[in-house]
Amino acid sequence: MSASAIFILDLKGKVLISRNYMGNMDMNEVDHFMPIMMRMEEDADSSPLVTHGSAHFLWIKHRNLYLVAMTKKNANAALVYSFLYKMVEVFKEYFKELEEESIRDNFVTVYELMDEVMDFGFPQTTDSKILQEYITQQGHKLDVGAPRPPATVTNAVSWRSEGIKYRKNEVFMDVIESVNLLVSATGSVLRSEIVGSIKLKVVLSGMPELRLGLNDKVLFEITGREKSKTVELEDVKFHQCVRLSRFENDRTISFIPPDGESELMSYRLNTTVKPLIWIESVIEKFSHSRVEIKVKARSQFKSRSTANNVAIMVPVPSDADSPKFKTSTGSCKYLPEKSVVQWNIKSFPGGKEYMMRAHFGLPSVESTELEGRRPITVNFEIPYFTVSGIQVRYLKIIEKSGYEALPWVRYITQSGGETHTPFGPAVNPAITSLLKLGQEGFE
Amino acid sequence: MVCSVSICAGEIFELKAELNSDKKEKKKEAVKKVIASMTVGKDVSALFPDVVNCMQTDNLELKKLVYLYLMNYAKSQPDMAIMAVNTFVKDCEDANPLIRALAVRTMGCIRVDKITEYLCEPLRKCLKDEDPYVRKTAAVCVAKLHDINAQLVEDQGFLDTLKDLISDSNPMVVANAVAALSEIAESHPNSNLLDLNPQSINKLLTALNECTEWGQIFILDCLANYTPRDDRESQSICERVTPRLSHANSAVVLSAVKVLMKFMEMLPKDLDYYSTLLKKLAPPLVTLLSAEPELQYVALRNINLIVQKRPEILKHEMKVFFVKYNDPIYVKLEKLDIMIRLASQANIAQVLAELKEYATEVDVDFVRKAVRAIGRCAIKVEQSAERCVSTLLDLIQTKVNYVVQEAIVVIKDIFRKYPNKYESVIATLCENLDSLDEPEARAAMIWIVGEYAERIDNADELLESFLEGFHDESTQVQLQLLTAIVKLFLKKPTETQELVQQVLSLATQDSDNPDLRDRGYIYWRLLSTDPVAAKEVVLAEKPLISEETDLIEPTLLEELICHIGTLASVYHKPPSAFVEGSRGVMHKRLPARTGNVKPEPLSLSPQLGGDIGGSPAMGAGFGAAPAVMPASLNAPVGGGLGDLFDLGGVGMPMGAYIPPKIVWLPAMKAKGLEISGTFARRAGVIQMELILTNKAMSVMTDFAIQFNRNSFGLAPAGPLQVLTPLGPNQTIEVSLPLSTVGPVMKMDPLNNLQVAVKNNIDVFYFSCQYPISMLFVEDGKMERQVFLATWKDIPNDNESQFQIKDCHLNSDAASSKLQGSNIFTIAKRTVEGQDMLYMSIKLSNGIWVLAELRVQAGNSNYTISLKCRAPEVSQCVFQCYEAVLKN
Repeated sequence: MSASAIFILDLKGKVLISRNYMGNMDMNEVDHFMPIMMRMEEDADSSPLVTHGSAHFLWIKHRNLYLVAMTKKNANAALVYSFLYKMVEVFKEYFKELEEESIRDNFVTVYELMDEVMDFGFPQTTDSKILQEYITQQGHKLDVGAPRPPATVTNAVSWRSEGIKYRKNEVFMDVIESVNLLVSATGSVLRSEIVGSIKLKVVLSGMPELRLGLNDKVLFEITGREKSKTVELEDVKFHQCVRLSRFENDRTISFIPPDGESELMSYRLNTTVKPLIWIESVIEKFSHSRVEIKVKARSQFKSRSTANNVAIMVPVPSDADSPKFKTSTGSCKYLPEKSVVQWNIKSFPGGKEYMMRAHFGLPSVESTELEGRRPITVNFEIPYFTVSGIQVRYLKIIEKSGYEALPWVRYITQSGGETHTPFGPAVNPAITSLLKLGQEGFE
Repeated sequence: MVCSVSICAGEIFELKAELNSDKKEKKKEAVKKVIASMTVGKDVSALFPDVVNCMQTDNLELKKLVYLYLMNYAKSQPDMAIMAVNTFVKDCEDANPLIRALAVRTMGCIRVDKITEYLCEPLRKCLKDEDPYVRKTAAVCVAKLHDINAQLVEDQGFLDTLKDLISDSNPMVVANAVAALSEIAESHPNSNLLDLNPQSINKLLTALNECTEWGQIFILDCLANYTPRDDRESQSICERVTPRLSHANSAVVLSAVKVLMKFMEMLPKDLDYYSTLLKKLAPPLVTLLSAEPELQYVALRNINLIVQKRPEILKHEMKVFFVKYNDPIYVKLEKLDIMIRLASQANIAQVLAELKEYATEVDVDFVRKAVRAIGRCAIKVEQSAERCVSTLLDLIQTKVNYVVQEAIVVIKDIFRKYPNKYESVIATLCENLDSLDEPEARAAMIWIVGEYAERIDNADELLESFLEGFHDESTQVQLQLLTAIVKLFLKKPTETQELVQQVLSLATQDSDNPDLRDRGYIYWRLLSTDPVAAKEVVLAEKPLISEETDLIEPTLLEELICHIGTLASVYHKPPSAFVEGSRGVMHKRLPARTGNVKPEPLSLSPQLGGDIGGSPAMGAGFGAAPAVMPASLNAPVGGGLGDLFDLGGVGMPMGAYIPPKIVWLPAMKAKGLEISGTFARRAGVIQMELILTNKAMSVMTDFAIQFNRNSFGLAPAGPLQVLTPLGPNQTIEVSLPLSTVGPVMKMDPLNNLQVAVKNNIDVFYFSCQYPISMLFVEDGKMERQVFLATWKDIPNDNESQFQIKDCHLNSDAASSKLQGSNIFTIAKRTVEGQDMLYMSIKLSNGIWVLAELRVQAGNSNYTISLKCRAPEVSQCVFQCYEAVLKN
């Protein structure tokens, strides 16, 4: 059904650790994996799925490791990839970071985990909090104290153990939104999309029953309260704790939350949003001599909000040198390893406009390598503000012991600095490339 | 860094001593060292007895390590592995469920035959363990054991226990039992292991709400193998599956999409729910594009299939497939493909603007594909052709070598699609002649020059320049050059005689490529014997090309839809093409739309022969069967009746009248050969009446026909009589007498016939359905007494009732009409104004069907009851009644 075996390889393709789940394939098949990868790399090709004879390798890369699943059947590929990513998550929870060192140092625990998360190719329990209850890192427990499988493993509520106790019961909610924009080279917004998520930090005793109310348009239509300000969620994805059929029936978000931090839901909506920080730029490249960059940033949100930690990343040619900067506010830094200038503005109030100029030298011998045109990216955070206007109307917490619990909500809009459209073509043939930049996206 | 996998004797000796130490801590450290050596690939099998000695321990961690060691080395030391059995058996009865489960899990992984026998008893206990953790582990262990020794598992009755676990109270146990059963069923495709019925489906749907994300995938994948009885059941399952579309795990979403795409097939299109469901599918598919790149890739490959199957789902979502600058190349290329599939007049402007941007990127593969995509847009959306051509010309002006070459290749296709429209650009193309170094581009350019030789003043010079290095060109270019010069000669014979001589001699005398030589000789002979004929052949009007050439063949597409989320859907190949030992396995198919007809139970009757799943009998006569057999050649998975092959609606032509001919094999799928036909019974002989049309450019000869095994043993009684070659645009009518003595295999639908037709070009496969009335023999009139006795004799379970609506014949007219199709009325009686007609039918294979037709005066709805020892034919027989009475 899925993987016959799973391997963790180093960058050279050497097996650090492996687990043969089905025993129906030769484990040495994996030796073909890296040579195939190298060949593909030579051809500037890449695919997350490679084949050797009847063996299929599905792989992901994490830091300096390859996680490779091997199968010879018509495996469920989606399941395999999402399982591999889940494995990474579990290992990270256990070892802080998953890399070659942590695998070598903890091989016993890694074996134990691999034994527990998958059986005969079927993924089993992959919830690291629950795993930690019976696969401990110290592992020195002797006979009397040997852990038993927590009932949670097989329960319908497989993400929360019973008997959790806190003195003070609280729930913290973060509503985090980001905007994905697609801006054409001429500066018009082709597509905009808001991606949001609601993150929970749950500090609650027992098995609490939670109900979350949002200003969801569909819900308000059902209940006939169409006048209020609502948000139309295009697609919603929930943590497995949320009762999906209940949501499907009456849009109620009800759940028993996992303990600690988790992402309760994510949502996506397509609305026309203008860029929160508009960037205009002119990059003039005088071949063999210099690059001149002018960037103008304008905040397009209400003046009572403020964007914090704004970082504007402007790409420069990889062979540029001797940077000089001038800014109307904030400071600039040249990051040669990324070939970008990073312009940092600590606090950027709404309705303001700032400028930055940069000057770079270029070597007289030009590199022959073609460089991809990279976009300008912007990172920032705006607290107490969501672009979509989503609101948490209530969070009801019911536990049979009847304790009082406080819900806390925080709103924030972020930008991961993602962008899509390449820039326009060179305009002035005399100047090798004059790039007119559109506003780039946010995440 | 470990450089060698050998381990020195001293080290072994040292470890041996430590393993046998009295101190627990030392022992454990030693086992850890052994495992560490094992991990880096050193052979520590020599320590087997010493490690196994450490197995009897109360330290859980140590036990796990020893178990791990055992799993690795037991196979190489089977005799010594027996030593471990006792401990396993003991551990299976430990008070701690973790240990019980660990023991049963590990034992299953030790693939040593001798051990498996000892595993049976502990496994039986563990399957009934009070702790669900142990039960879920034991369920998986049954699949493991089955993989090692299937017979043992069957003999021990583990399969039944496993089936019982589907009703377990614990969702995780249910999910693992489902997974184990599916795995076992996969290697035994014909077993009825996953005996899915509405009750078990209901249990699975309940468990779906409660189990982990992985369990949900097992259950959804299992559900996808079920064929609902009717559209109502289909809808109710869909309703309960749709909430999964909101799951955070992409794999759960894709498996849910698979179930929905499959079951949707059964829903009537006019149903409100159908369109609701279509709308629900789009947002989750779009959200999959925010997943990790590998998952995005799987999603995109599947969206590619979904867009071909149901374009309406994503037709408004073009923009989400725009490429992001940091997408991995494999994601970019897939997105590009989907963009073209979604391109339409409504969005073409935006698509073109994007493609133009992509064509100026740096990644060569991506740029090439983008340029090609512009050409495909031109061919697909006629209104955009002009804009596409001018975009391509702009790109040619960039003089970037590979861009120019790609552009020329696609412009050639645009010329083919819109002849005499854009030839004004030829001059620009000719300017770039020198820069073309790829065969495909050179061939395309030569084709253009030859095709439009009359408009290019220096066509002869251009072609001559290629001739110099004729032998260094690739075959593709050589062939094209040969044809182009012949074309040129036919258009401007006076000044190019020398040139044509030259190329003909190069092709025929100096080349050792048979294709090239043959083409050269053909041209030579044509030109020397009959220049007029040569003109007709070489300068014939070419069929237009369409953009649909890269579409996946419909039966394959259906099969791939059933495999959404799996490797098959990523490769766009059926599992049989890449999974070893799956050749004989059934191909999955989408269920047919049932409407409101009650489908028949699909039990096999001995009269109909029972060798489902045998290798297809066909194809052998034609040499090697193609690697990817059309799905229709294998025994289909059980399902309702209906028309899977889109042969023009659900209604099947029936009755004594000859149904109109319909197209069975469109020319597009058969390299220009179109076959339409019908069936008839004339004077007791079954005839297959065919019309063959040659829509290709070349002459077709050597026709032959074969049938796959079918329900009633239909086989051609003689060869296909096509004596004269079939020229382009020629049509021939043939009638093929059929016998009923061929090999028998039950088909679904019962009257499905899979046909292979061969000609000099290739072998083509299609399937069609014959009216079962063709098989009604002339001596089908039963004696009254025999009828009465038989009617009583056939169990009531075999009786099926149908309604025939809107039939306005009286009982006598109906009776005589039916007699024309060998349905004989034996008796008639009238009770309270209702005529009851008793009829008998005999099929060519000796099966009798008895019928009672009730006709009420003034009521246009007839009721018909059919009784037969092979009840599966009733449905087809009923359809015959309907067709005969209504035509």
